[in-house]
Amino acid sequence: MNDTIYSVNGPVVTVRHTDSFSMSEMVYVGRAGLIGEVIRVGADVTTIQVYEETTGLKVGEPVTGTGSPLSATLGPGIMQNIFDGIQRPLGEIAGREGAFIGAGVHVDSLDGAKTWDVTLCVKPGQQVSGGDVIATCPETSVITHKSMVPPDVAGVVSWVAENGPHTVADVLCKVRGDDGGERELTLAQRWPIRTPRPVKSRQPIGRPLITGQRVIDTLFPIAKGGAAAIPGGFGTGKTMTQHQLAKWCDADIIIYVGCGERGNEMTQVLQEFSELEDPKSGKPMTERTVLIANTSNMPVAAREASIYTGITLAEYYRDMGYDVAMMADSTSRWAEALREISGRLEEMPAEEGFPAYLPSRLAAFYERAGCVQTLGGAEGSVSIIGAVSPQGSDFSEPVTQNTKRFVRCFLALDKSLAYARHYPAINWTQSYSEYYEDLDPYYNEHLGPDFVQLRGRLLGLLAEESHLMEIVKLIGSDVLPDSQKLTLEVARVVRVGFLQQNAFHKNDTYVPLDKQLHMMQVILHLYDATRRLVDEGVPVSEITAAGLFDKLVKMKYEIPNDQPAQFAAYTEALDKACDGLLAKRREGAGAPAHAEGK
Amino acid sequence: MEENSKWALEYLGLSDINGPLVAVDGLRDGGAGYEEMVEVKTETETRLGRVVALEGSRAVVQVFAGTAGLGLSGVRTRFTGQPMRLALAPEIVGRIFNGAGQPIDGLGPVYASRFDDINGSAINPVRRQYPRNYIRTGISSIDVLMTLIRGQKLPIFSGSGMSHNRLAAQIVRQAKLSDEAGSDEKFGVVFCAMGVTKDVAEYFRRSFEESGALARVTMFLNLSSDPIVERILTPRCALTAAEYLAFTQGMHVLVVMTDMTSYAEALREFSSSKGEIPGRKGYPGYLYSDLASMYERAGIIEGAKGSVTQIPILTMPNDDITHPIPDLTGYITEGQIVLDRYLDQQGIYPPISVLPSLSRLMKDGIGEGFTRADHPDVSNQLFASYAKVSDARGLANVIGEEELSPTDKRYLDFGNRFEREFLGQGADEDRTIDESLDLGWRLLSILPREELDRIDEAVLDAHYGKHGTV
Repeated sequence: MNDTIYSVNGPVVTVRHTDSFSMSEMVYVGRAGLIGEVIRVGADVTTIQVYEETTGLKVGEPVTGTGSPLSATLGPGIMQNIFDGIQRPLGEIAGREGAFIGAGVHVDSLDGAKTWDVTLCVKPGQQVSGGDVIATCPETSVITHKSMVPPDVAGVVSWVAENGPHTVADVLCKVRGDDGGERELTLAQRWPIRTPRPVKSRQPIGRPLITGQRVIDTLFPIAKGGAAAIPGGFGTGKTMTQHQLAKWCDADIIIYVGCGERGNEMTQVLQEFSELEDPKSGKPMTERTVLIANTSNMPVAAREASIYTGITLAEYYRDMGYDVAMMADSTSRWAEALREISGRLEEMPAEEGFPAYLPSRLAAFYERAGCVQTLGGAEGSVSIIGAVSPQGSDFSEPVTQNTKRFVRCFLALDKSLAYARHYPAINWTQSYSEYYEDLDPYYNEHLGPDFVQLRGRLLGLLAEESHLMEIVKLIGSDVLPDSQKLTLEVARVVRVGFLQQNAFHKNDTYVPLDKQLHMMQVILHLYDATRRLVDEGVPVSEITAAGLFDKLVKMKYEIPNDQPAQFAAYTEALDKACDGLLAKRREGAGAPAHAEGK
Repeated sequence: MEENSKWALEYLGLSDINGPLVAVDGLRDGGAGYEEMVEVKTETETRLGRVVALEGSRAVVQVFAGTAGLGLSGVRTRFTGQPMRLALAPEIVGRIFNGAGQPIDGLGPVYASRFDDINGSAINPVRRQYPRNYIRTGISSIDVLMTLIRGQKLPIFSGSGMSHNRLAAQIVRQAKLSDEAGSDEKFGVVFCAMGVTKDVAEYFRRSFEESGALARVTMFLNLSSDPIVERILTPRCALTAAEYLAFTQGMHVLVVMTDMTSYAEALREFSSSKGEIPGRKGYPGYLYSDLASMYERAGIIEGAKGSVTQIPILTMPNDDITHPIPDLTGYITEGQIVLDRYLDQQGIYPPISVLPSLSRLMKDGIGEGFTRADHPDVSNQLFASYAKVSDARGLANVIGEEELSPTDKRYLDFGNRFEREFLGQGADEDRTIDESLDLGWRLLSILPREELDRIDEAVLDAHYGKHGTV
């Protein structure tokens, strides 16, 4: 049947009087064959959103269906690649089109000519079902790719290919189903991006995603398989925080989705990650990274799809048993793409022009995070860290508010901290993590009972400081009693020496958990020791003048990550200085000589 | 069935006229392409337009010069089969065009060596080159605290009545690619005026002329009295010219676009006449994507010698930085330079509000090998120390200056001198990076050394108190 375009309005195209298309089907639009997706089917009009620029499209041009929903191609070659929102490799497009992206480029997601050194893991006669690994191949020097039986296939292996070089289109084995039909399984498979990949069961959350960022790991931990949101106005360092997490978090695989963001930023990620050595393997970070770049000037419908493409790739690697972390920068741009398309469809808007289904779409996306037992029996996880760019830096806007309902870790970035160049500008009074209880057993087991207890004290101290600051703002700090002045001084050490972290300093850009613990211990030891001094009547100004606080502020730079033993020297020096101050005090106050015992 | 653009049909009569939009009915299939150029002819003149929606046999056309004087009958419409394209040649440098890209300087048409679609295409991120080289503006606050990088888009957020035009003109006059003379790199300016008054356009022209820069400036002028719909094309024409000069002719192009607020308002007017569902404050829901389609045209591409750097200027309605225009701009651009009315009233020029200003790309384009090794430290510390000044001032307002602690008093002193001596500079004063950095150190040396917690001891040893006192 000949289906032709009836109307064109931005990325939205309609076809009249047709029943050839099904909902969510991928279609080719116009003579150029632009990629589109059916988003509404009606008796009169079928509506299609087009993932490419529609300039030049004419009424009467043909529209052809593909019979399948918009899908991602899953197979070796995904790693190290950089895709656009609908999984077209940008490197390949650049090879054909040059520096600018044209419309109607048809390229395969994965290089069909490249061969992979495949080792088969199944034998004829073997019973297999969805998720079982049929073959492995080294995808990069650090990632072993496992090719799996698709979730909807089960039966007996009837034929197996030889070990050796295969392309992604090669048939690796044939499976005869219970109904007698035979399915050929190729190295690469397809999966519709809007459908979550099935799992055997969801597992309870119990391991932190270690990021090496003190304010996150210590105060507001993210769990492996958890979902976190990083909201912040422009210039507060969302992207910087996302980059730091992508570089340093201990996931096996990073999927970085640049959704409607800056082109130069994607170039920066590309370049930095290829230069950055992976702390675990010593190889470039890119060996375990996938980038999806749909910058703000690329077509808006593909921006909407990019989030789903990203999460589908993440789930695929999760099913191989990897811990995957997906960074989405920024989910607000994705929500705006929804709004833009919804507006073109003339749907009834809800809050701020966003469609009424915004919350359900957000929920469906964040629910694809999780710690799971895969169909093949392995354990894997997908963690999602989504940046949110609130309009006018106002956290009460719909995207931030709805995101808050579906994530359990909320890292609020603060303009005033960013203005003072306090980075990461995570505001400790507005942020929260609901993963404490899930993760405390892990911290207790790996770092001892101190960690959780000290964290509690640190949070208490910061809360007390913000309370005192209210007073200080009104009447100055001079009128406070010395004990409260001390609280302010130590809280400053916590803020500057612990919470602030310098992404460009070699000792500070990543800090392992045990160093975080040591730092907390030293700071709180200082608090206890100086508190005793103040109780004895030593003025806070003298303690400050002795440089005790300033010394701790700089310890993050001075103690390398691999030499925690140096902390003992700090504690010792601290105690000595405190004893000195105390002795001086007692002398000055005419105290008895026994204080100078040593 | 196949149409032939050379022999394209003319359609007689319109079926609807609404604001800048007209509807043409009775098109055969394939008669018009989305966003293609249209000629709307009356007996006396030909106006240009663009297809903005297609539905069945009806095409909705946006007429750039407005629809005044058009009637339903007697108008002939011709679809050209081409998107709007700009005539380009190396000789466009030094010329003046109107908002739709037609020469208005009386020097005749451009003999085009090529025609480019003014909508451009997205730069493939894998072919971008990460911007690393700075542009010296000679303005201390910008060079030290929010360094402009080649290939960056760094807007100026201002308000009506503030000195953004003076600042932009000074940047254009003083901008240098490198401190060393004799570099063979070509530098050019594309100036794009949207909805500015004749006086402002004239101010820029004169200021370029006086500094001898006019010969390297290409101007696109859509004045406030010009058709509003043309305003939507103006930045696109300007950027197409800039891309041509940068990526084909190998020039480093600085694009100054003023005033983006007028542009966004034109877009809102157009959107509402099309009957689109409004988003925040009546602006269309696609304002972000629309702004991005222009701002993202800044950059450097691999294998090309030139670069496109943008300085868009926008006046924040009611000085409100959370208004959709500055808000969405800030989310796309790589930083922002924010002007402050209080500083302006104090007579400080340029009245740059340091704390909310930022250059995202500067961290990789400054320091050793680019500006000076201590630059990142100075910049960080100035930001951090100046942030404390406002705390001290707040306190002084409440308890009085005399009651402040000695350190807080030093902060007050530092803050005042920083604003007067570091921010403040003459409209003709061109400071080198060294001068600016040394000045920064002199000011930092007002503060007690232990307050400088962003700087390594070794750097402090080398510079603290070593650059004289103020």
